[in-house]
Amino acid sequence: MEVKENTISILVNNRPDVLARIAGTFSGRGFNIESISANITRNPEITRIVITTLGNRETVIKLEKQLTKIIDVLEVKDLTRANAACREMVLVRMKLTDANQVKIMQTVDTLKGKIVNMDVDTCILEVTGGKKDIDDALAFLDKMGMDDFTRTGVVAVERQK
Amino acid sequence: MKLTGAQVLFEALQKENVDTIFGFPGGAVLDIFDELYRRKIRNILVRHEQGAIHAADGYARVSGKVGVCLVTSGPGATNTVTGIANAFMDSIPVVVLTGQVATSLIGGDAFQEVDITGITRPCTKHNFLVRRIDDLGRIVREAFHIARSGRPGPVLIDIPKDITKSLIEDNDISWTLSLPNNNKKVSIEDACAKALDMIRQAERPLVISGGGVLLGRAWDELRTFVKLLNVPITSTLMGLGAFPASDPHWLGMPGMHGTYYANMAISNCDLLIALGVRFDDRVTSKLDAFAPHAKVLHVDIDPASIDKFVKTNLSIASDCKPVLQLLNKWISDKSFTMPEKQTKAWLEQIQKWKEFAPLTYCQSDKIKPQYVVETLYRLTEGKAIISTEVGQNQMWAAQFYHFDYPNSFITSGGLGTMGYGFPAAIGAQVARPDKVVVDIAGDGSIQMNIQELATAVNYDLPVKIVILNNGFLGMVRQWQELFYGKRYSHSNINNVPDFVKLAEAYGAVGLRATRPEEVEATLRKGLDVAKTVIMDFHVEPEEGVYPMVSPGAAISDMVLRK
Ligand SMILES: Cc1ncc(C[n+]2csc(CCOP(=O)(O)OP(=O)(O)O)c2C)c(N)n1
Ligand SMILES: [Mg+2]
Repeated sequence: MEVKENTISILVNNRPDVLARIAGTFSGRGFNIESISANITRNPEITRIVITTLGNRETVIKLEKQLTKIIDVLEVKDLTRANAACREMVLVRMKLTDANQVKIMQTVDTLKGKIVNMDVDTCILEVTGGKKDIDDALAFLDKMGMDDFTRTGVVAVERQK
Repeated sequence: MKLTGAQVLFEALQKENVDTIFGFPGGAVLDIFDELYRRKIRNILVRHEQGAIHAADGYARVSGKVGVCLVTSGPGATNTVTGIANAFMDSIPVVVLTGQVATSLIGGDAFQEVDITGITRPCTKHNFLVRRIDDLGRIVREAFHIARSGRPGPVLIDIPKDITKSLIEDNDISWTLSLPNNNKKVSIEDACAKALDMIRQAERPLVISGGGVLLGRAWDELRTFVKLLNVPITSTLMGLGAFPASDPHWLGMPGMHGTYYANMAISNCDLLIALGVRFDDRVTSKLDAFAPHAKVLHVDIDPASIDKFVKTNLSIASDCKPVLQLLNKWISDKSFTMPEKQTKAWLEQIQKWKEFAPLTYCQSDKIKPQYVVETLYRLTEGKAIISTEVGQNQMWAAQFYHFDYPNSFITSGGLGTMGYGFPAAIGAQVARPDKVVVDIAGDGSIQMNIQELATAVNYDLPVKIVILNNGFLGMVRQWQELFYGKRYSHSNINNVPDFVKLAEAYGAVGLRATRPEEVEATLRKGLDVAKTVIMDFHVEPEEGVYPMVSPGAAISDMVLRK
């Protein structure tokens, strides 16, 4: 069966140990976490955690069953097949030189990014997009004097309820 | 009226009808023990917290109630971890109450502080750290609910010391559960109709039943089901006793040390009706050779057990009881018949396998461990509650004590915990004072919780310990004999200590038999005294457990004898 990246949305009670339970289920049962993002939902007592994980269909089903057993987990949904919008964000710090400055500005435009901070010799860019967009953007910026970056996990929402 | 946290705890336990707990005190639970002093609830004071948790587990297994244990923070809590993992693997409902350092000290490496909720997260069904006294009543009720509902399991509640002391107005205590309802009601009708179709078409049907039938109290339904259909049945180690071993439909236990005929039946059936089992690797061995010709119908309350290893053709994520009730109803309503002709050849074939390789052993001039178990079975008329330690003793108990009654066999199936049997027997005896309770033990395992002799003697619990004393960590020795060129690396324990003197030192009765002729008399004597007894049987040191499936082999590929 085909191994691919799966996006799983988990609704949980917002309790201090719930993330540990979820992380523990992944590590203890031999699944991997590729990326993770979490924050409250409309109801602040409920948190949505979106995790991406590599695996085939069968592993994802096993994972869903194990996650569902956690008492504070309210719902587990595999968004990979649910036609969801998936985005990530990255903040990139660039070294500024006379040579690359203009090019960076142009790139920000093409990437539909933003400059969120500007110093004499560095700037910070913000780019959002799908996983592939971000991968491409980073590869591109790397050649232009990228200093460092921080990338979020995937956030995702279904297109239809 | 104002109540302390300790009082709230006991009020909550009372609401859950807890009358007995197993505990051991310490600094963080002094206030709880102080309150216990005033209460009617009975505490069995153990000598090691591992004893408390195993006793609570044994108590739960025979009584069907939730077992409770109470220990202090730090080392008290960590001493229960093996027992918690044990209960988790075997799905046993227990609630573990641990003391914790005061809320203000948590996280600062205080004296006897340990992050027990962190440590036990992967081996509890759920656990709680009580942060506010307002939550205590609700949490205790939730813990009991979680422990016994669905697939049962251990739940731990960590209670900081300041909370046991602080006060709450009784009207302010919330007792209402606030748990997410994950147990979606599954409709079983459609699936059961499909199941009947599968059964109707089968020519070589076989039932495999497990611990889930006992936990779901579905043994009557199982018995009816098997008789109505006239199908053969095998039960896993965890499921022994759900179906009477003396019934001709029964094939014994499957798996690594199962019977030849149970394993052959699995390997050749065309329909495997799996009820409350989770297909442990000790049962399946090589997966692609397990039930290779069968359609698999799997009923289990835990969806995560379904299609975990063995692929099913039809599964019902439900308690076994309602499923069996419905199937039995349809079957006996005569809307269903399975032509006798259809399964005749199969039943005859099974009979031939039974005759070809029955469970057996050879007598010699040394005591055979199997003979001890068989004689115990005869003398107790199969009516004792048997617990076991782990190793050869456990397998011989499972093979040669023929369990006819539910909840009469308590053993560490999933975790294989040496030291489980004796404290579990104590818990069983506390739950059933009317029963003969016997721990079938190895000379190695019994030393892992031997200190509980003091507990048994103190509470006048007439638990019998039958040591199959082979001078070896026998199961390890057997593997070394078979797979490691007889290099007995660190498996010889040299017949130390003198178990008779040891029993006497604790105020128990010690008996010994060294020759086959003495076995029956020793057992009679031990069973007759209403006291804690150790019976030390010096058995053939290098006896092996057979039949045996080599690790990783197909279950049909059995070594029948040495
Ligand atoms: C706590 C623990 N440690 C180690 C083992 C590994 N082990 C399994 S069986 C066995 C030997 C048990 O010896 P004994 O109690 O004398 O039983 P016998 O096999 O001789 O009947 C050992 C060491 C275990 N199951 N549990
Ligand atoms: Mg031994």
